[in-house]
Amino acid sequence: MATDTTKDAREKQKTLLGADELVLNMGPQHPSTHGVLRVKLKLDGERVIGSECMIGYLHRGVEKIAEHRTYQQFAPYVDRMDYVAAVSNGLGYCEAIEKLLMVEAPPRAKVIRTILTELQRIASHLLWLGTHALDIGALTPLFYCFREREEILKIFEKYCGARLTTHAFRIGGLQYEAYDTLEKDVERFCKAFESRITDYEELLTQNRIWLGRTKGVGILKAAEAIALGATGPVLRASGVKWDIRKAMPYAAYDQYKFEIPVGTTGDTYDRYLVRMEEMRQSRLICLQAIENIPSGPIMAKVGKVLKPPPGEVYHAIEAPKGELGYYVISDGTVQPYRVRIRPPSFVNLQAFDKMARGHLVADVVAIIGTLDIVLGEVDR
Amino acid sequence: MADEPKEQQPSPVPAGEKPASGSAPASTPPAKPATASPAGGVPPKPAAPVPPKPPVQLQTPLNNELVGRVRAKFGTALVEAIEDRKQAILTVECTKLAEVSQYLRDEEKFDLLSDLTAVDWPRREKRFDVVLNLYSFAKNERLRVKARAAASEPVPSVSGVWPTANWLEREAFDMFGIVFAGHPNLTRILLPDEWQGYPLRKDYDIIEQDTSWVKENLGIESGQ
Repeated sequence: MATDTTKDAREKQKTLLGADELVLNMGPQHPSTHGVLRVKLKLDGERVIGSECMIGYLHRGVEKIAEHRTYQQFAPYVDRMDYVAAVSNGLGYCEAIEKLLMVEAPPRAKVIRTILTELQRIASHLLWLGTHALDIGALTPLFYCFREREEILKIFEKYCGARLTTHAFRIGGLQYEAYDTLEKDVERFCKAFESRITDYEELLTQNRIWLGRTKGVGILKAAEAIALGATGPVLRASGVKWDIRKAMPYAAYDQYKFEIPVGTTGDTYDRYLVRMEEMRQSRLICLQAIENIPSGPIMAKVGKVLKPPPGEVYHAIEAPKGELGYYVISDGTVQPYRVRIRPPSFVNLQAFDKMARGHLVADVVAIIGTLDIVLGEVDR
Repeated sequence: MADEPKEQQPSPVPAGEKPASGSAPASTPPAKPATASPAGGVPPKPAAPVPPKPPVQLQTPLNNELVGRVRAKFGTALVEAIEDRKQAILTVECTKLAEVSQYLRDEEKFDLLSDLTAVDWPRREKRFDVVLNLYSFAKNERLRVKARAAASEPVPSVSGVWPTANWLEREAFDMFGIVFAGHPNLTRILLPDEWQGYPLRKDYDIIEQDTSWVKENLGIESGQ
């Protein structure tokens, strides 16, 4: 302890002058960082001996903006955080405000929300799979994944007119009634999608290069994952069977049967398998949901001017990336006093250093990919 | 459902049962009669006797077993235990935050720190709330722990208890300027290191921030 300062100085000197160590800046313009992530890598040859994530390039101050908007006005902003899973963001926000208002969306709205959110989960995982495989060197899955993702985006477009930043839900329910052929479209997609997942798996699951690049890379043990607050597929691949859809059901998830896939070793390959299985389960949820969409209103009775009674609420949902939490405080006026967004990507990214140590630079690319981060959400 | 009668209330009975929202009724009445009288919808409304809503107390004292155990262990360090919309909230003495956290993790099995953030209440003597959202896998239960801190008061870091807190505390420092004592690397995380001020404080003026930026960087008086 006493030699701390001298040790620091030596360390510094080593970094500057030592021939065996190198500091490498990766990003923010590196294609594999999926946006504007900058990683400072400390290397010993090809091996990573330390790392630091430099984030904030995409910081827009979403939480500050929220304090200057009404509850409804802020809703479109949340779509721009995790912009590849805008529907999930919207669901979390709307439900949080509904909790604050102590209203509940009608059953029909809940089911439609569930269908769209699960489609969004598939779309988000497809984007992850395509880009992650591309990063590691498999070009083909990208085209397949985008083909299927396109089908989902078309459904969103038919439903609400937007494909990416959908703003599909409203506080209290839905603005738009489901269009006539929604069930048919979802069914057609789900029917076709089953064999499509098999196609992806045929390309990758037993592929020797894929195995070589993902097995044993970026291991995160269960205890470490919990300590670092990792959630979503990252936590489940480490063997913790925890999914908010099951643990604290929201929307209409308590009505459907589905499994929570878990991994064993917590490496990149396990996370791949978990996400693949999650897509299958999401498909099953969609199929169950379209079978019986209750009739009735799609909007709960909420006023045009929302003034939630003073108080606070924390509401979390299982977004494709993990636990997406909204902590909202109302002071009884039309604007929230404070909106805190607990972003899954931000917290999961913290595990990066732990996962990357001891691996090669090329594996860093695989580890960033497997964390499935979206910088819009990390930086907010 | 809760909102509709509330909006009608100002015209028939100015009950005044909500003294807190002083500015709110002032803005609604002018709009209300103007639209209501031509429509002819006024007579039915006073006829329907609006049942006077009992003042709903949403924040109720919480006294469950967990609170009992924490109180027995820490005594007066547990300042307040309330429930808001069925969510448990414990407020603890700021100096005891790390110890309470350690206890909650080890003994009460709140092993996941979902979130750590802060809230600014500038009019209060201790202006900041540091808010921890915990989750227990074993109990499938959430718990919110709060600690009140004055602007200059260091808050004990919980990054030793939950490593997750490392980045989350850095973010709270970045946005609010709360100093976490014992944090391994308390630097700005989202904003550039040279940033002035702490944006999520309520007294942080975004217009002022914009103006000073354009003056400095673009050489003009105002960007608005």
